[in-house]
Amino acid sequence: MAHRVFAIRLWPGLIAAALVAALSLGTLGVVALRAESFSTLSKFDWMAVRFTVVQALISAGLSVILAVPVARGLARRDFYGRRLLITLLGAPFILPTIVAILGLTAVFGKTGFVSIALNWAGLEPISIYGFHGVILAHVFFNLPLATRLLLQGWGAIPSERFRLAASLNFSPRDMFRHIEGPMLKEIMPGAFAVIFLICTTSFAVALTFGGGPKATTVELAIYEAFRYDFNLGKASLLALIQVVICAVAAFVSLKFRVPQVGGAGLDRPVQRFDVHKLSARGVDLFWIMMVSLFLLLPLLAIVLRGAYGVFDLPISVWSAAARSLVTALGSAALAIILSLSLSLSALRWRWLEGIGMTAIAASPLVMGTGLYIVLFAVADPADWALFITALVNAVMSLPFILRAIGPALATTERTYGRLSDSLGLMGWTRVRLVLWPRLRGPVGFSAGLAAALSMGDLGVIALFARPDSATLPLQIYRLMGSYRVDQAMGASLLLLGLSLALFYIFDFWGRRRA
Amino acid sequence: MLEFRNLRLTQGDFTLTADFQVPKGARVAVIGPSGAGKSTLLSLIGGFETPDDGDILWRGKPFGLSAPFERPISHLFQDNTLFAHMTAAQNVGLGLRPSLRLSKSEQSAVSEALRAVGLEGLETRRPGALSGGQQSRVALARVLVQQKPLILLDEPFSALGPAMRHEMIDLAKEVSERLGATMLMVTHDVSDVDRFADLVIWVEGGTCQPPRPWAEMKADPPQGLLDYIGT
Repeated sequence: MAHRVFAIRLWPGLIAAALVAALSLGTLGVVALRAESFSTLSKFDWMAVRFTVVQALISAGLSVILAVPVARGLARRDFYGRRLLITLLGAPFILPTIVAILGLTAVFGKTGFVSIALNWAGLEPISIYGFHGVILAHVFFNLPLATRLLLQGWGAIPSERFRLAASLNFSPRDMFRHIEGPMLKEIMPGAFAVIFLICTTSFAVALTFGGGPKATTVELAIYEAFRYDFNLGKASLLALIQVVICAVAAFVSLKFRVPQVGGAGLDRPVQRFDVHKLSARGVDLFWIMMVSLFLLLPLLAIVLRGAYGVFDLPISVWSAAARSLVTALGSAALAIILSLSLSLSALRWRWLEGIGMTAIAASPLVMGTGLYIVLFAVADPADWALFITALVNAVMSLPFILRAIGPALATTERTYGRLSDSLGLMGWTRVRLVLWPRLRGPVGFSAGLAAALSMGDLGVIALFARPDSATLPLQIYRLMGSYRVDQAMGASLLLLGLSLALFYIFDFWGRRRA
Repeated sequence: MLEFRNLRLTQGDFTLTADFQVPKGARVAVIGPSGAGKSTLLSLIGGFETPDDGDILWRGKPFGLSAPFERPISHLFQDNTLFAHMTAAQNVGLGLRPSLRLSKSEQSAVSEALRAVGLEGLETRRPGALSGGQQSRVALARVLVQQKPLILLDEPFSALGPAMRHEMIDLAKEVSERLGATMLMVTHDVSDVDRFADLVIWVEGGTCQPPRPWAEMKADPPQGLLDYIGT
């Protein structure tokens, strides 16, 4: 029988797992107990269910389909700024939703320059509110993700295939049929499923661009039941429906191989021999330009328009920023502690990692609803707003963090486990001298990710916060609501800067050599 | 004295058995074909694997289920025998105190050991900035400060060229002599055996044969050894 010495106590991992399970599954139980019967759902609630599914299908479909020509262009072209563009494709992940929303408004909104251009051309400007806006924002967030996923698919095609294709004189059609098509068939369903899942839990986008009977997601309906009617029973019922949607989506996505977003295959373009035709160049140039503009213009708009306002922000924005910073740092610390404890104990019990991953199908608003119900019985939930936000954000970031820390930890144990055991490096000494230095890179990256995600979060906080204790994203939302656009832009620039700075500082700390 | 008493470990369809004694202070080569169980034997001694049956005894006391660090053993592994993020001095210091909170006299013991293996002045280098031979020297310096009576080496120098490997084997031999330690080394190369071993444990198909003097075994080799050497 193989015998394995466990150098580090396993109970912190069990506590972490219990905490995560309580948040993702326990809150679900609370919600289920509190939920009213289905008969109380109105026609509008069912419309919300339908809208949630339909908008997620369309958003995911558009993101994945548009990603095909973009990824192909990036895969086969080398140009100045290619690496920067690929890095930029990773940015929407840590970009605060509210910032992107304001940026998109500045570009596509009523007074945005796309509308001005359309007007000038004598066309109807597109409306950013309602259905179109929700889809637009979702594509903005997920097209880059889809592009990165597909780009990895292209990177994984062995270069010999392209050499073979060149020697066999494949036409572009043959190339697609024999080489690119099969790869896409393998990768696209997984990418679609992941993006669908992300879009079903969309709250902030629906809150700002959606609303009304035609563009309300279930998450938004939960919020409205909560905030406007204070009908916890109905909010709970909607939360249950949300969970069913997520669970079905997560279950379906399990059927497909979901490619991991990593660095592999993104560095160099594949050397190809079929790309020198003028038409192919034109197509690639077009798509790369389009996606660059689509990503950069909203951010540029925030920077340009926000720069006015940033020195003229009311004190409430600064205090909201301070609250957000504290929350983000707390959330990052919680996320790191939880993920390290979970990963350590998962070396012994693999299923623990599965518990950490449950958050991928959980919804922050459902967690928030459950926690609110529990806290409401014993205290004023608003007193706990920042702590709950930090905690829920930490749990929500676990699926991503565990993927960075788990494998690194397993590698460290595989590489140095025996040596450490033989030298008696046990317990805290092992963590301090072996694990921490070896895990510094992934821990820095993860802390940055968790901090940035929490910094930009506009979800749970909206349920809990009092008017005078908003975080920065919520404050921006309120400024938008009262039409103080310049201040909202300035505050967005501040939020953008803080989020990126948090991520960059932590990641830099992790990569710096000790 | 190191004693294997009816030791048995089964992993899938592979079974390792050993039932013999190794005299104190002996320098023993463990040789045999790939997959024969040489490394498994060392893992059992080290406490990284638990036998299904039987036990290993040191000076008459069974190891039982004691943890690796509770056994009187210094290790040199095939790779990753040094922590890449620590300096040479830290890697050696771990042998004295895993917490690395070293007293003044312990620090000078570390420097002393590094000097003894010919690495004076390289205390602050990390393994990445040392040559393969120098890395082996750091590992041997750690064995020196650990002062354990049993040294296990699992093909520790296999990444080095022949001349460097011989130099390291000589150094390892010197270290074990200085400590009066028993030394077991897994190797693939018969010239290594010539260089340091008095006794040889031949391992084939999971069966570890009792140690025999190398000279005797060379004079009357088992068929497996002839096949292994290819003469």
